[in-house]
Amino acid sequence: MGWSLLAAFTLALFAPFLYRLMGRATGWVLALFPFTVVAFFGLHLPISPGARFTTSCSWVPSLGVDLSFALDGLSLTFVLLVSGIGALVLIYSGAYLGEQPGGGRFFAYLLLFMGSMLGLVLSDNVITLFVFWELTSISSYLLIGFHHHTETSRASALKALLVTGAGGLLLLAGLLLMMLAAVQLGLPFEKAGRISAMLSVDFRQHPLYLPILVLLLLGAFTKSAQVPFHFWLPAAMAAPTPVSAYLHSATMVKAGVYLLARFHPILGGTIQWETLMIGVGVVTMLVGAIMATGQRDLKRILAYSTISVLGILTTLLGVGTVLAVEAAVVFLVAHALYKAALFMVAGNIDHETGTRDVTRLGGLRSLMPVTAITGILASLSKAGTPPMFGFIGKEALYTAKLDLETIGLWLIFAAVLANVLLVAMSLVVAIWPFFGSLRETPKPPHESPISMLLGPLLLAGLGMFVGIIPGAFDRSIGSAMATAILGFPVEMKLKLWHGFSPESVLVVALSGLTLAAGYFLFKKLRPWFTHTLELACRLEPWGPGIRRAWQEGRLLHELTCRLEPFGPTRAYEGLLTGLTRSAQGVTRFIQSGYLRHYILVTILVSVGLVSYPLVQSLEPQLSANAWQIRPHEAVVALLTLAGAIATVRARYRLTGVAALGVTGLGIALTFVIFGAPDLAITQVMVETLTVILFVLVFYHLPPYVSRSTRLNRCRDLVISIAAGLVMALVVLATTSIHLEPVLTDFFAQQSLSAAYGRNIVNVILVDFRALDTLGEITVLAVAGFGVYALLRLKAWHQREVEK
Amino acid sequence: MKSLILQTASRYLMVLLVLFSVFMLFRGHNEPGGGFVGGLLIAGAFALYALAYQAKAARHLLRFDPRTIIGIGLATAVGSGLAAVFYGQPFLTGQWLPYSIPFLGKLGTVFFFDLGVYLVVLGTTLLVLLTLQEE
Repeated sequence: MGWSLLAAFTLALFAPFLYRLMGRATGWVLALFPFTVVAFFGLHLPISPGARFTTSCSWVPSLGVDLSFALDGLSLTFVLLVSGIGALVLIYSGAYLGEQPGGGRFFAYLLLFMGSMLGLVLSDNVITLFVFWELTSISSYLLIGFHHHTETSRASALKALLVTGAGGLLLLAGLLLMMLAAVQLGLPFEKAGRISAMLSVDFRQHPLYLPILVLLLLGAFTKSAQVPFHFWLPAAMAAPTPVSAYLHSATMVKAGVYLLARFHPILGGTIQWETLMIGVGVVTMLVGAIMATGQRDLKRILAYSTISVLGILTTLLGVGTVLAVEAAVVFLVAHALYKAALFMVAGNIDHETGTRDVTRLGGLRSLMPVTAITGILASLSKAGTPPMFGFIGKEALYTAKLDLETIGLWLIFAAVLANVLLVAMSLVVAIWPFFGSLRETPKPPHESPISMLLGPLLLAGLGMFVGIIPGAFDRSIGSAMATAILGFPVEMKLKLWHGFSPESVLVVALSGLTLAAGYFLFKKLRPWFTHTLELACRLEPWGPGIRRAWQEGRLLHELTCRLEPFGPTRAYEGLLTGLTRSAQGVTRFIQSGYLRHYILVTILVSVGLVSYPLVQSLEPQLSANAWQIRPHEAVVALLTLAGAIATVRARYRLTGVAALGVTGLGIALTFVIFGAPDLAITQVMVETLTVILFVLVFYHLPPYVSRSTRLNRCRDLVISIAAGLVMALVVLATTSIHLEPVLTDFFAQQSLSAAYGRNIVNVILVDFRALDTLGEITVLAVAGFGVYALLRLKAWHQREVEK
Repeated sequence: MKSLILQTASRYLMVLLVLFSVFMLFRGHNEPGGGFVGGLLIAGAFALYALAYQAKAARHLLRFDPRTIIGIGLATAVGSGLAAVFYGQPFLTGQWLPYSIPFLGKLGTVFFFDLGVYLVVLGTTLLVLLTLQEE
């Protein structure tokens, strides 16, 4: 299992070179890899319920983190979806992108995402899972922002990253709490991070259960675009269409659902779980479906209906009964198949006609016959018409909800409402672009190349195939997937036709009702939209529009357009601008740009921080001989002091530097007197070079003028005396402490015998603590290059100005 | 500012300073000295030369660009640490020749680490000083 991840990441590195060599054929070549993954993992089919293959290698054993991977029905389904759809998307992207700069980068990001997503669904360790989780967020950011020269792309990418990234951090907190709870519940530390091991303990009674649950749910909800975090997903449609098809419908947005499914047997089944998930899920389902009806951009219609479906999946996992989980399994797979296909169809239309506005498209069926057939097939599955897989999904959904007692009726009502809207929008997608009279489009339309037809056609066809022979799905993988989510073995039996029992008749009646109502709504939608054709909703100012809109029958579009900015998007944007503003304020306050202010603040803060504990613990422990000063010591001290005073009072810079040099040499002499020749030599050399440095710098400065006022000078005097006093006290305090001579003895003994050197200081520097020294010289080198860059940058700027 | 006295003196001092810095480098393991001081000393020597004869002359005498010297220094230090890895010991563990060399004493990778420090200090100091002087 591990090799497939490694291969994906390695291949991502080489993708740009491959693209340079092969151009638009790159997709076909790269697709060989995910096809291999499909074949390899396909060998596990049919996977029996409860089967589990694991592999593990140690990574950071001290933190309970290992690279352990597990394959069961749930992860196998996701692996097949990720690599299968991934292969088709790679092929599709080759033709979609054509030859353009940055194409190699695009393929690299796609493969990076593929590897991360495979890692996410295969991880058996929570920390590994989190790492891959964040990697998918990052690759999604890079892919949404692929057209980074446009402002919207960058803003959308950032939006997606911030929302999912923030959720990721909450998830990490939740996972760490989980590990903590697992240890407290008796799991050995090295197994505390294993998801499969967590199954054996009961978190539901632990006091940390609610925090864990809320944090985990927040992580999943941000990733799977649940209300109120859903707003990043429609914005993410700024990405190239293959990305929308792959990440933002079929795979990445389902990562949250995957997480919920994965932790269902560990955390699920409580009243908190049900309330939170059903509540959020139902709202998401309705909001997504309602917002979808107001959209005219094909991709945005699909994005909002994806949000709605994600809401349905969350609701089903929240309900958590056997029937509900089975429905979730079917719905998840059916949705991945038809939605990826529909996005690719939308991409074909956009690519060949130059627009994605459904009201401006029509009559394409004769010009783009294959795209039309594919779109219609996928839309029929989306609308839930027999014999498509989507139909079975909807039947399962209704069956599961009828099965519930108290809330079942409400859920059914909400689900039918959402599905009616979804059916109407599926019909919009299936019919408007392809039927009716041909309309003028920015580009003359023609059929797409084979590589852009293969993917959607295969996926839509698969949707129909599984719909007709559902047994192929439930026996090979569906039951195993439901078993993995439920935690106990179940056997799924999917059928197109359930016979004439009262329940199944009711379910069929509901399906029929949904279809009929959806069709009726669809018929009404056209006039609503045509009225707004000339008036883009933004041009219509607030106010009198609402009544007129009602009269003209375009209220729906008007309302959704106006609702959108009032949603959480506004909160997000307010938060973001607020953050930037406050950061600017703080920066302006702290970073005055005057070196003297920085020094002032630094010294004041260090004096304050050091003097507090010093005063607290100050015991005047001066040893008796502290005042026995020998004459030559007094001379050196006076010399040092005189140098310092002369430096401050100097009227010319050179005088100041020379006086400072006297102080430095005085310190060097002190080192000699107290037996530190190494330090003394270094001090002398540093002093010398500092003087040279100052001289070189001063050469460029204007003549020295004293500008500071008397008051300023007094203030500085007080501060410097305080700083000096504190330092002196610190030195005195340090000498009065008798340190344990363990280290000194160790170095004294080991220096010659282990490191063959008698100079202990140097042996410590280059042998015992060589890693520290290596760090220091690296910092030194970086600082040197920094100074060099600053100096050269100035010269370069001057040259630019002269030009 | 051309000074005949400084120019003449620096030519003689230069040789002494460079020799002394190398001496310091080798001596460092047993007596006061070492790569850091040695590096500062030789940098001081070149700084003196640059003051007397302009930065360009000092660069010519140095042969290598200070940036290159920094790179070589860091590579030497890291490389000296890598030797231990081949013997299955932790990075930077000192490796020693089994016999002593006349006048130098025991020779090991630690010396090359010190040489790396010496070169980085030399390179960084001169990089800053010479660039400033050429401003």
